[in-house]
Amino acid sequence: MKNWKYLMMTSVIGSALFLGACGNNDDSASKSNNGSTEQKADASQKLEGKISGDGSSTVAPIMEAIVEEYANEQPKVQVSVGVSGTGGGFEKFIKGETDFSNASREIKDEEAAKLKEAGIDYTEMKIAFDGISIVVNKDNNWVEDLTVDQLKQIWLEDGKDKKWSDINPKWPDEKIVFYSPGTDSGTYDYFVNDILEEKQLVKSVTLSEDDNVLVKGVESDKNAIGYFGYAYYLANKDKLKVVKIGGVEPTHDTIESGEYTPLSRSLYVYVKNSAIKDNPVMYDFMKYTIENAGEMAEAVGYVKTPDDIYQKDLSALEALK
Amino acid sequence: MNYINQKEVIKRMSGRIFLNGLFKVIFLLATLFALATLGILIYRMVTQGSEYLDADFLGNFSSRFAEKAGIKAALIGSIWLMAVVAPVSLLLGIGAALYLEEYASKNKMTDFIRMNISNLAGVPSIVFGLLGLTIFVRSLALGKSVLAAGLTMSLLILPVIIVSSQEAIRAVPNELREASYGMGATKWQTILKVVLPFAIPGILTGCILALSRAVGETAPLVVIGIPVIVHFLPEGILSQFTALPMQIFDWAKRPQPEFQHVAAAGILVLLIFLIVLNSIAIFIRNKFQKRY
Repeated sequence: MKNWKYLMMTSVIGSALFLGACGNNDDSASKSNNGSTEQKADASQKLEGKISGDGSSTVAPIMEAIVEEYANEQPKVQVSVGVSGTGGGFEKFIKGETDFSNASREIKDEEAAKLKEAGIDYTEMKIAFDGISIVVNKDNNWVEDLTVDQLKQIWLEDGKDKKWSDINPKWPDEKIVFYSPGTDSGTYDYFVNDILEEKQLVKSVTLSEDDNVLVKGVESDKNAIGYFGYAYYLANKDKLKVVKIGGVEPTHDTIESGEYTPLSRSLYVYVKNSAIKDNPVMYDFMKYTIENAGEMAEAVGYVKTPDDIYQKDLSALEALK
Repeated sequence: MNYINQKEVIKRMSGRIFLNGLFKVIFLLATLFALATLGILIYRMVTQGSEYLDADFLGNFSSRFAEKAGIKAALIGSIWLMAVVAPVSLLLGIGAALYLEEYASKNKMTDFIRMNISNLAGVPSIVFGLLGLTIFVRSLALGKSVLAAGLTMSLLILPVIIVSSQEAIRAVPNELREASYGMGATKWQTILKVVLPFAIPGILTGCILALSRAVGETAPLVVIGIPVIVHFLPEGILSQFTALPMQIFDWAKRPQPEFQHVAAAGILVLLIFLIVLNSIAIFIRNKFQKRY
């Protein structure tokens, strides 16, 4: 019996002490955080503080690289970035839960209106280019080049089963199998809004938030077609066949020069203005982000924007400080 | 006089033996199927993940380079998460079960509560995630903290703990209680010294299953919006964190194929974490089982 009592008492007291200790810990941490906020930031000084962001899974690899490098420079700054998708990220941004939001499309009017309602002023920063790549199966020997009109013809719902031969009579009489990123992703939004002009996407499409599912799907079905960010195509180059759009293949150069259009798009970070103003850590982190975004974007398979865009971002940031 | 119709018995004998053998094979196959699935899963994880599983993997933060990626933030985050979930869910769960079994009068209200708890056990985890997001993260303004996630996870596993604890407490023979009362013990003394020690192995079995579920559950964390890119360790229960399943999910989504192997290594760590957690519980359980 003694044993049992002992065990129970230790576990109860232990957990109480543990939780108590944790609570204290955090209090002191947040106090010191406030303390450092009052001091003015100095580049040589080690900063301390917290930053939180969320948003697009397309932008996430760039952010991960930046956060990783930034952690070496300022180990006491706690940067946390979630990957809820562009839409999910904006939802948290509107609620005021995050300091910045990653996006793979421009902010929507309704989102901007909600931000205004919530009294949150924001600034848009372009950090990289991406080219949405249209891919088909390796064994697909008929599709080489599509026009934007053909893309629409393929991807728009028209009430009946789509066959390759519907697009071009010379192509096989086989049903097309569709793979698309999920509705929370900015890639989906960009494709449906800007390419399909907000009309209904085919209903037989397989949607997935995990782009690797799309890669596997297209890889395993001869009649499949899918689309996703350039980085995913680049990593799976030998398993998939990319389709030229209007004669232009998505490559690093065609995306950078803007020749690969209309499927090239910018990747964004939306920053809360007040966070930059009130939190020197946030300013320092964003400065670091803009200065290194190009290099990091290239490192993870995206394309950097021209230097003058980064300069513009920087001066916008300085104006906010 | 013949009580048994020998001919009839002999006629049906071969059929009965056949059926006996058939079911033996079916049950054996059912067991083997489950084991084979588990075996293939573990084999795949070990062959894919073992090359990445080393001291660096445990000691590094995640990275854009597969070779440098580590699971430190997620592992420590999951330990913090469990440090909140275990005491909260065990104290509340076992407490509720004791009340329902030992104190509550047997009326329609109690039945209604019991039925609802059983139903709650079947509610999808994503619903608990939404609940946690609304109540803990937003209304109570705990943010995406260890505490908010821990309380959400506790809610998720409470019904399982309550139901299994109730079963275990109900299995305590009434004679034991009566003997205890007969010796002049109070209700609380009886519960503490007779009912709980007898029921603890059963209670712990339910708790092991429930806590294992809390370690591996991803959906509520996704809904709460637990960040995945985290290069610091939590400092307290109000600190932000990331957890093992989130980190694995993130790696599995990466474009580079090497990250699939990193994810496999992450799954191995999660499995080992589960085994350690379970063996602690099994150790405690066995200690008590011997005494009765």
